[in-house]
Amino acid sequence: MTTSPTLRQIPDRLQSPLARALKSWEALLLAVAVAIFVANALASPWFLDPWNLSDASFNFTEKALIAFAMAMLIIAGEIDLSVASIIALASTVMGAAMVAGAPVWLLVVLGLGTGLACGAVNGVLVAGFGLPSIVVTIGTMSLFRGIAYIVLGDGAYTGYPSGFGWFGQGYVWWVFSVELVLFAVMAVVFGVLLHRTSFGRMVFAIGNNATAARFSGIRVDRVRFILFLLTGVMSGLAAVCLTSRLGSTRPSIATGFELEVVTMVVLGGINILGGSGSIPGVVIAALVMGLVTFGLGLLNVPGIVMSIIVGALLIGVIALPRLWAMWRR
Amino acid sequence: MSILKKALTTAALASVLLAGAAQAETTRVALVVKALGIGFFEAANKGAEEAAKELGDVEIIYTGPTDTTAEGQIEVINSLIAQKVDAIAVSANDTDALVPTLKKAMERGITVISWDSGVAKDGRLMHLNPSSSALIGNTIIKLAADHLPEGGEVAVLSATTTSTNQNTWIEEMNKVMGNYPGITVVGTVYGDDLADKSYREAQGLMQTYPNLKAIIAPTSVGIVAAAQAVTDAGKIGQINVTGLGLPSEMAGHVKSGASQSFAIWNPIDLGYSATMIAYHLAKGDAKAEPGAAIPMGRMGSVTLDDNTEGAMADPFTYDASNIDQFSSIF
Repeated sequence: MTTSPTLRQIPDRLQSPLARALKSWEALLLAVAVAIFVANALASPWFLDPWNLSDASFNFTEKALIAFAMAMLIIAGEIDLSVASIIALASTVMGAAMVAGAPVWLLVVLGLGTGLACGAVNGVLVAGFGLPSIVVTIGTMSLFRGIAYIVLGDGAYTGYPSGFGWFGQGYVWWVFSVELVLFAVMAVVFGVLLHRTSFGRMVFAIGNNATAARFSGIRVDRVRFILFLLTGVMSGLAAVCLTSRLGSTRPSIATGFELEVVTMVVLGGINILGGSGSIPGVVIAALVMGLVTFGLGLLNVPGIVMSIIVGALLIGVIALPRLWAMWRR
Repeated sequence: MSILKKALTTAALASVLLAGAAQAETTRVALVVKALGIGFFEAANKGAEEAAKELGDVEIIYTGPTDTTAEGQIEVINSLIAQKVDAIAVSANDTDALVPTLKKAMERGITVISWDSGVAKDGRLMHLNPSSSALIGNTIIKLAADHLPEGGEVAVLSATTTSTNQNTWIEEMNKVMGNYPGITVVGTVYGDDLADKSYREAQGLMQTYPNLKAIIAPTSVGIVAAAQAVTDAGKIGQINVTGLGLPSEMAGHVKSGASQSFAIWNPIDLGYSATMIAYHLAKGDAKAEPGAAIPMGRMGSVTLDDNTEGAMADPFTYDASNIDQFSSIF
């Protein structure tokens, strides 16, 4: 039995890099961002003010810091829903240390350290015991914040030293706040880590096919563990920024951040099932979410309508390319 | 995308038109609430609009986050700072976390006051309490005494033994007992702000004190439970339940007669007064300093204490004549 081979045209070259870039997710998102920016500028006379835009950046910087690490985690096929609770616990630890008279540098170390420790707990449970990350982190989500509630109850830590305020309220230069600069630096760090290092390639490999990755000699569990550590430490960093910005700690701090972080990551084009995505996408998604909430805020649109719009935006941006592809077929 | 864009452009156009119309010399007062969609705050907004109508040159921006979080409120306040509003009157989700943002607002020339739920002293010019402990303590005993011209035995059904608010109010009530001769408080029990426990404690009171004429419950959970216990015991008309409660929860008991009247602060008056104060401070007609008296239109004026806090008025009394009007609000 012979089958005649079907002729298949193989292009002598793939799409040109420019065409590919134009058709990419990031380009679509960037177009959305620009459209929102222009609409905002038209809608409110107060939008195009450097200081106002700088204030607005606080709406997303802390969440975006976590989103970078979360993006890598999701690309590897895992998720961490405990990030907001890590913030609460890290902030509580910093508050307790502050009351005990710890200097500013130690507060920062403790904030990052608590994040790292929480990340390690998640990492051990997921990578060490092979438990599903969504279950583990739903558990630690209650656990970490629960500890904060036990320590603080309905009380609060206030009176952080003035030097500590620099992280969340300080400016590096002109309108560029410390948080905004941190956001930019971390965007570059994570961009390089994911797209320019062998570690980044391993993350993609694991997300696409963990078994194949294991057979290729990648130490899958170690990579997963490191990713949880990274997410933990970035949550610790966000805790430092947020605590400094609020100048106080309450156990309810950062409530609901985890979903906004995941929204940011998904909007950034990271495949929720793992395997693909990019850091530039997350950066633009952070900007889009910041611009939308700030722009609607300037128009005094009620928060309920705002969350409807953000939800519609998320579904719209994700569904449209697929609908477009189906329609062209 | 295109729908979103359209929506945004429509919103954009609408707001440009609105902004253009409203920008001429009006004082923009932002009423920031704990979260949108809460009846109490919607009522406060009604009061704010009433004040705005009375003052004429005021535009109210009623806003707040979706959830009662400090972070959400900060985002809202940041956008108000960006709009360069003249005054912000906030009911805070967090006493301390809003301080840095509100300080920034004040640095940029915005008048900031808190009302209902206060902000730490550094973050505002003054705070308007709906009432004061002394006024509440006096009101709860007066409500009972008003329906007992010949005097009689009354008992208190409180929240927990450690509830700071309730304990202070009962303490203040005891201070003014001399003004109500013939009324004796025979006992105080604690229902822990749990419906079933409060119900049982109220039953216990009725059994222990057969001559009981009134139950005073300065807690919204206790007052409903006590009214239910009195109803179930068939003692409507014999025992009057009063104290502090929410109109929506108490409407049925007022109509049945289990409760002749009860009190709680009036959110409409609160929104009205906060707006009046914010306006006068923003205009510079009044100064927020200890001892100062700030006018609040039809509500009189508020005198500030050493913490630049002031109490608006006696708690507002709700009875059969006005319960329907308020039970739909909160």
